[in-house]
Amino acid sequence: MATLLEVRDLTTRFHTLDGVVHAVNGISYTLEEGQTLGIVGESGCGKSASVLSVMRLIPEPPGKIAAGQVIYRGQDLLKLNESQMQHIRGKEIAMVFQDPMTSLNPVLTIGRQISEALIVHMGMTQKQAYQRTLELLNMVGIPQADSRYGDYPHQFSGGMRQRVMIAMALACMPSILIADEPTTALDVTIQAQIIDLVKTLRDRLGMAVIWITHDLGIIAGLAEKVIVMYAGFIVERGDVDDIYDDPRHPYTLALLKSLPRVDRSSKERLATIPGLPPDLLSLPPGCPFAPRCAYVIERCRQENPRLEIVDSHHEIACWVDVGTGRER
Amino acid sequence: MSDNQVLVRVEGLKKHFPITRGILIQRQVGAVRAVDGITFDIYRRETLGLVGESGCGKTTAGRTILQLYRPTAGRVFFNGVDLTGLKGNELRRMRQRMQMIFQDPYASLNPRMTIARIISEPLRVHKLATPQEQIERVQELLRLVRLNPRFINRYPHEFSGGQRQRIGIARAIASNPDFIVCDEPISALDVSIQAQVVNLLEDLQDQLGLTYLFIAHDLSMVRHICDRVAVMYLGQIVELAEKDELYDHPLHPYTQALLSAVPVPDPKVERRRNRIILEGDVPSPINPPSGCRFHTRCARAQELCSQQEPAWREVGGGHFVACHLV
Ligand SMILES: Nc1ncnc2c1ncn2[C@@H]1O[C@H](COP(=O)(O)OP(=O)(O)OP(=O)(O)O)[C@@H](O)[C@H]1O
Ligand SMILES: Nc1ncnc2c1ncn2[C@@H]1O[C@H](COP(=O)(O)OP(=O)(O)O)[C@@H](O)[C@H]1O
Ligand code: SF4
Ligand code: SF4
Ligand SMILES: [Mg+2]
Ligand SMILES: [Mg+2]
Repeated sequence: MATLLEVRDLTTRFHTLDGVVHAVNGISYTLEEGQTLGIVGESGCGKSASVLSVMRLIPEPPGKIAAGQVIYRGQDLLKLNESQMQHIRGKEIAMVFQDPMTSLNPVLTIGRQISEALIVHMGMTQKQAYQRTLELLNMVGIPQADSRYGDYPHQFSGGMRQRVMIAMALACMPSILIADEPTTALDVTIQAQIIDLVKTLRDRLGMAVIWITHDLGIIAGLAEKVIVMYAGFIVERGDVDDIYDDPRHPYTLALLKSLPRVDRSSKERLATIPGLPPDLLSLPPGCPFAPRCAYVIERCRQENPRLEIVDSHHEIACWVDVGTGRER
Repeated sequence: MSDNQVLVRVEGLKKHFPITRGILIQRQVGAVRAVDGITFDIYRRETLGLVGESGCGKTTAGRTILQLYRPTAGRVFFNGVDLTGLKGNELRRMRQRMQMIFQDPYASLNPRMTIARIISEPLRVHKLATPQEQIERVQELLRLVRLNPRFINRYPHEFSGGQRQRIGIARAIASNPDFIVCDEPISALDVSIQAQVVNLLEDLQDQLGLTYLFIAHDLSMVRHICDRVAVMYLGQIVELAEKDELYDHPLHPYTQALLSAVPVPDPKVERRRNRIILEGDVPSPINPPSGCRFHTRCARAQELCSQQEPAWREVGGGHFVACHLV
């Protein structure tokens, strides 16, 4: 498979009144053609900031992409001007957000919003755009699409709005779909509809997908590659089976252990991770997980480990081998 | 865990919210049938889970049981006493024994009150302690929910979401209640913090002999924390059983779909799973479908289903269900 997107040492900060928020701290990863990458982590760990940086949608100020490269099909997106970037967004890389109301225009009809994108990006005529919009609405499972064409966003339920967002994102057949917690606000039944839809369309259209979530269950059923983030760092990366069967980073391990499962009876007390995620305004000097880590050794408090290969396709940022409990 | 003594008995409980039109003369043009005839028991010292999609009436059911909303119809017995017949002081005295923990740890604490005032509120309302006793009790409560008693004069914004939820829990147990309605107490919290709060709720239940009605979206956590689980759809309970029975042998098509939709954090299991994808959204509780309310989305619906409401009945071993096909 060919590499579609390569992110290198991406670093994004927010300069706020309280100080500098270190939201994304030098992360690197690649996305292959047609691949689905899951990014998991708790709220505030930099998931959204990392993909908004890729899309160049970080609000500046207070935000600033301080370093790194985002290579899409051979060109560095961080070097493009705004009009070149507008062409990339929508046409090449499209994004679906957690709250569809923030990205749908409340005073324009659903049909108009989708057909506009087709006219601007694909050079379609009004008539072609209308036909294609109906096809797209049908494709994402909006029943009686022609009678809903003239409806406004508030006339749709949360799940339907998310479908419209997906229809809009897919309008120009992007090669990458970035979905930032698109189902977090929805019921599990509606979440299952949306995930099923994205899987079907992904397989049919051969798109690559980056799916962001805090739910390790969703990623297990959807992704081939997984990135675990903590405090703006990638702490573990690997193939989906390796991450779940053989987690090597103490944070991933602890997180998986703390989750009850719908398919298993559980009588035991839940395992917990003590303490809180760190404040990105003042990160500790060593490993950001050290204050909560069960495997912590002296070195962890002084030096922050870099992401290193521990097995084929499996990388962690940790000084310790969780198998032996000793330094690797 | 439960010694099968009924603490709360809910009988045919309904709560309808009127929809009115007109500015000077308000007339009722319809009703939101948020809770529409639910019947079940909650046993002393058990945790009963209440699950279902957004808007199906879980919060309304919890609030109506506590008489924070007065019911449209039906009865709620607490320790054998019919709460729906009580007023004024009598009701206030009973309320002291029933509390609620809310979903949003940010909105549910008054930002201008110190932690001490927030937690001691039920003590003041029910005149349970002198000011000195209140301070001692607040410190004791903070220790119980594993917060530092020195935090007593701080304000809510100085705490994290998980810590605020602990403060909400301390307030709920301040008046020594027997029964607590926990309305989505962990949904606003980070994954790594949820387990901390759930363990705390379990410990307090053991220590204080509490009975919980646990309302939640997260069906995995419900399986962990509850003894029995009730599944709600459009204002009604469609199935209720001991938790492992319900999760391993769901009988109602809605329960089956709901459980199948929950992702499992295990890629091998996920690849094998058969997901039942429900079509469309939940219908409006203003004009719920005729017959079985689930018939518009049920893959197994028959002609009878849209005509006749299925009866709520026990199929054995405390497993209740309302479906024509079971
Ligand atoms: N005070 C009210 N006045 C009118 N309608 C109401 C009121 N409170 C709730 N409802 C309606 O009653 C129905 C049930 O609402 P309720 O809040 O009990 O649902 P829920 O199951 O708790 O949902 P969620 O999972 O989203 O919290 C909904 O249709 C809601 O819009
Ligand atoms: N516009 C902004 N201004 C200031 N800080 C921000 C802004 N957006 C995000 N941040 C901060 O950056 C960090 C990472 O945020 P985010 O990427 O949104 O996390 P996630 O998506 O993982 O929940 C957080 O500390 C957050 O508060
Ligand atoms: S580097 Fe040390 S503190 Fe960090 S995760 Fe590994 S063992 Fe824990
Ligand atoms: S009564 Fe009919 S519509 Fe209702 S759940 Fe059973 S089979 Fe489905
Ligand atoms: Mg985010
Ligand atoms: Mg609710």
